Amino acid sequence: MGILSTILIKHNHYSMTILSIDWAFIVEKLIMIAIVVFASLGIALYTTFAERKVAAILQDRPGPSRAGPFGLLQPLADGLKLIMKEEIIPNHANKWLFILGPGLAMTASLMTCAVIPWGSAVDLFGRHIELQIADVNIGILYVFAVVSMGVYGIMIGGWASNNKFSLMSALRAASQAISYELAMGLALIALLMSTGTLSLKTIVEQQVAGHWWNIVYQPLGFLLFFIAALAECNRTPFDLPEAENELNFGYHQEYSSMKLGFYLFAEYINMIMSSAIMASMYFGGYDLPFFNEASVAPNIAALIGVGTLLIKIVLFIFLFMWIRWTIPRFRYDQLMNLGWKTMIPLALFNLLLTGALILAKL
Amino acid sequence: MQPITNRAQAVNRKPMTFWERLYLINIIKGMMITFSHMFKKQPTIRYPEEKREFSPVFRGLHVLNRDEEGRERCTACGLCAVACPAEAITMEAAERVAGEENIYREEKYAAKYEINMLRCIFCGLCEEACPKDAIYLSETFAPANYNRKGFIYGKKDLLIPNPITEAAAYAAAKGVQA
Repeated sequence: MGILSTILIKHNHYSMTILSIDWAFIVEKLIMIAIVVFASLGIALYTTFAERKVAAILQDRPGPSRAGPFGLLQPLADGLKLIMKEEIIPNHANKWLFILGPGLAMTASLMTCAVIPWGSAVDLFGRHIELQIADVNIGILYVFAVVSMGVYGIMIGGWASNNKFSLMSALRAASQAISYELAMGLALIALLMSTGTLSLKTIVEQQVAGHWWNIVYQPLGFLLFFIAALAECNRTPFDLPEAENELNFGYHQEYSSMKLGFYLFAEYINMIMSSAIMASMYFGGYDLPFFNEASVAPNIAALIGVGTLLIKIVLFIFLFMWIRWTIPRFRYDQLMNLGWKTMIPLALFNLLLTGALILAKL
Repeated sequence: MQPITNRAQAVNRKPMTFWERLYLINIIKGMMITFSHMFKKQPTIRYPEEKREFSPVFRGLHVLNRDEEGRERCTACGLCAVACPAEAITMEAAERVAGEENIYREEKYAAKYEINMLRCIFCGLCEEACPKDAIYLSETFAPANYNRKGFIYGKKDLLIPNPITEAAAYAAAKGVQA
């Protein structure tokens, strides 16, 4: 008995308070983490399907249509296939790093979802639950830190494969990520100057409260951020790390079974997360335009907000795919030229312009 | 040099303007083109459910024909085998004995008649060479098989069903022109 029961009695108005930690809070967060992780895995699963379907429709084909109605069971069949396949680790590969690579890529892409505000807040079981795993006040900084870690997954995987193509692709991925992260960061600083905060939640709330979304104030910044996001996600036209025709598959060439699945999945989760971040930062997050949130019950308003954000994410993902099936890949020197000689100067210009406008307003 | 057609065009070597160098406009143009394809009719024929119609002159699997009384027309003259450029046809002749007049039309018939569908080029020269109208190319093609043996079609694969004893099967075979 002793201390524990004293504390329990002392705080017995909170049913689950031990050692002055709000255990319900931890349970609530754990449930939310589970929901968000599984939801993003599920969405990623169907994004692979959507990719094939969008590609097909843009090319006048029906696409996968055999497994289930409209081919809806195709991603499950693909997943099953990947799991059932033989796991091959090359003899000369560094085994430990070879296994670490896909895990790291997956972890890094899933970690991003921690700071994304999926909706405002719901009141359930007498608790006020924020629909965000962690409202970190340096949320965007955290996203950048995690995204930069994602490149380790590719680097380690490519290097550990002990294959020239994989190594080459890992090098490309690393240099591409570093080059475009600069432009991305600079484009973002302009946004941060106008919003004055690093917290994603606050940025979204400002857009909900204000008249316009941030895209109106930062069109050039958004364009730069979007292009850099394409490059960060290794999507066409910046998919040089996996350029099939020159590196035949790139950093995941030696991978098989679910380790390959992890790499492919990580790419789609990255896509979802960058869509969510772009929607939150530039397109009002969970803000449904021309809709007064106060006119309905707060829980319903929150659900509408989540739906709105999901729709925005889906639209962004479609845009990613649409671009992929329209534009051919850049050459490596063109990629570097665009990154260093165009994007960074433009981002700096955008930065100066934003600064001047902020000063002029004052 | 004199251009052969009037469609020749000089290569445009003008330096790109600022807007062209931005690429964005052209990218958006390109994306509009791909977007417009979302609403185009798909030319796909979903095979097992839908089948493409063959033209009436399509040369597919061979059929050994029978006459109106259900007798085999083939007399094993070997002209088809001679005409065959791929040497896909082999046959063995046998003499008709008394009592077989209702099975074979001529005094001589093919005891064995084989076409190797892996050799056959479906040129239709056998059809042209046949003096007895015994071999025809139908409007189907050889189905897939797991081993090569399965592609050597014997008489039982090639012969059309008897129009008198198996009228229904014969009609069906005729109907799909198999």
